[in-house]
Amino acid sequence: MAEAEKSEAQDVITLKVEFTGGLEMLFSNIKEHKLSLPAKDEQDKATTVNYLVDYLCKKVMKDRRKELFVQDGTVRPGILVLINDADWELEGEGSYELQPEDNILFVSTLHGG
Amino acid sequence: MADIDNLVENLRREISICEDQLKSLKAQLAATESRKPPTKNGELPHSPESAPESADSKVSQWPLLSEEYERYGRQLIMPEVGLKGQLHLKGSSILIIGIGGLGCPAVAYLAGAGVGTIGLCDGDYVERSNLHRQILHNTYKIGISKVDSAIDYLKALNPNVTYCTDTPASRYLISDTCVLLGKPLVSASALQTNGQLNVFNFPARPVGDLTGGPCYRCMFPKPPPPESVLTCGEGGILGPVVGVMGVLQALEAIKLIASGNIHCRLTDQGYSDGERVSDDSQAPQGLIFSAYSSTPFRSFKMRRRRGNCAACSSHAIITRESLRSGSMDYAQFCGAISPISALSTDERVSAEEYAAIERSKGVNLSRNKSSGYGHILIDTRDKVQFELCSLKDSINVPYAEISASDASPHGVEELEEQEEHEKEADWLQMIRKMPSDAPIYVVCRLGNDSQLAVRKLKELGLDESGTRQIRDIKGGLKAWRDKVDHNFPNY
Repeated sequence: MAEAEKSEAQDVITLKVEFTGGLEMLFSNIKEHKLSLPAKDEQDKATTVNYLVDYLCKKVMKDRRKELFVQDGTVRPGILVLINDADWELEGEGSYELQPEDNILFVSTLHGG
Repeated sequence: MADIDNLVENLRREISICEDQLKSLKAQLAATESRKPPTKNGELPHSPESAPESADSKVSQWPLLSEEYERYGRQLIMPEVGLKGQLHLKGSSILIIGIGGLGCPAVAYLAGAGVGTIGLCDGDYVERSNLHRQILHNTYKIGISKVDSAIDYLKALNPNVTYCTDTPASRYLISDTCVLLGKPLVSASALQTNGQLNVFNFPARPVGDLTGGPCYRCMFPKPPPPESVLTCGEGGILGPVVGVMGVLQALEAIKLIASGNIHCRLTDQGYSDGERVSDDSQAPQGLIFSAYSSTPFRSFKMRRRRGNCAACSSHAIITRESLRSGSMDYAQFCGAISPISALSTDERVSAEEYAAIERSKGVNLSRNKSSGYGHILIDTRDKVQFELCSLKDSINVPYAEISASDASPHGVEELEEQEEHEKEADWLQMIRKMPSDAPIYVVCRLGNDSQLAVRKLKELGLDESGTRQIRDIKGGLKAWRDKVDHNFPNY
């Protein structure tokens, strides 16, 4: 029984997902979310940032204006995605495979000044 | 031998300083001449500040003016600056684009630090709502151009610096221009309680050289949808938040210039910028500031140049020629929110018309619904703005709540969520409890959201199949203030 629980725990990845630059508005004004995601997707492949974005849209985002977060199947222009404080482009963008305790930060770019 | 070397070095230094001073004097002359009617030939208009210097025509044995040793003394003794750094600053020129919440503190520190030539660029005029954060302007400057106001302040702060002016432009245009000219760009932005800072195009290597620093387009190849872009006027801004970002911009500029590494000049042999930095550990850093976060300052590793960047890659389509010819339409590229006109004329009333309706019939209070007369007035601004000032008896339902309400049934995949959404939103229940024949009027700050709200209220069936009127007040509370009640706060 204990073993079963253990293996179940291994199938889950816990993440810290943050929103800033005003994006938190779309996520119930909560800037920091602790999430547990399955380690593998439906096709038994490692969970990626793309999976996370989809998950956020379907399960976390209460606001119905999805287009302010995603467009054309990816994060909309003007949102910077940082994986452990590095531009996600340096990590493989959406296909980056999530690791336990990763910190994913979504920043909306600002234009005021 | 060493003595001769020293002498040569000293002479070189003195020549370079004299050249800088000459350049600065020429620029001052040109700037002054352009502002005044032409003077008689041979009469050089010189400022009193430079008089003692030119009177002493002998080459000074010191590279800086005696006034400058005193003025810059506290930074001159820092190893990060020193005499060499100060001379770099004096010989440098910086263009400040936008003299607002960022530009004001940034340029004040840069002028104070002794950047020799400063260009100022802003098409706006000083407004009262600028003054809590745009610290170069003041109450007496309201209505005059920000450039003139800033020059006034800066001349008094540091008369040794030359100030020039130009016209406004946008972030992509600025970045593209910097790429084409081989200049680093110290870029910042701020909104509400957040700020961002990036140094783009540093090292400023030639177009097509992937070891150069990324440009704005590398990071944001596509502009954000215009409806997602908030201005300070819409979203608000805390003065110290934009101030801190402007000061950080000044700091980054000083670091770049004083180090001497900024010189990436196009020579016959191509660009030269000292050591080539290409290993990843030295990837440029960006900064995110979030005043109310537990970690207010966070720096992150920026991406590298984009291989297919439209501005800085070997596939670049933006050239000096395309910029000069004006064939690049930046406004169109970024899109613009056209003034909303979502409603037909019979779905709208003017502020004056509404004032007449309000006087004759009065507003239904939710508690007083039994009266059966009058109408319902919905204010769609955010709660904070509503609490700031509102029309008598208006009900606050923020547009975000209205737009988030869904009239159509949810898809099958959302079955789980459907349960919690099944119950109608509180505001909708409240309105439904009010007399269903009472007309609804909708007002917002400027008259945009109110139109979209009218659309949405109709979609939600509040128009009782067309038997109940739902209209918006044209031009919002601004029109109300302009046309009906001049005492209504102008925030």
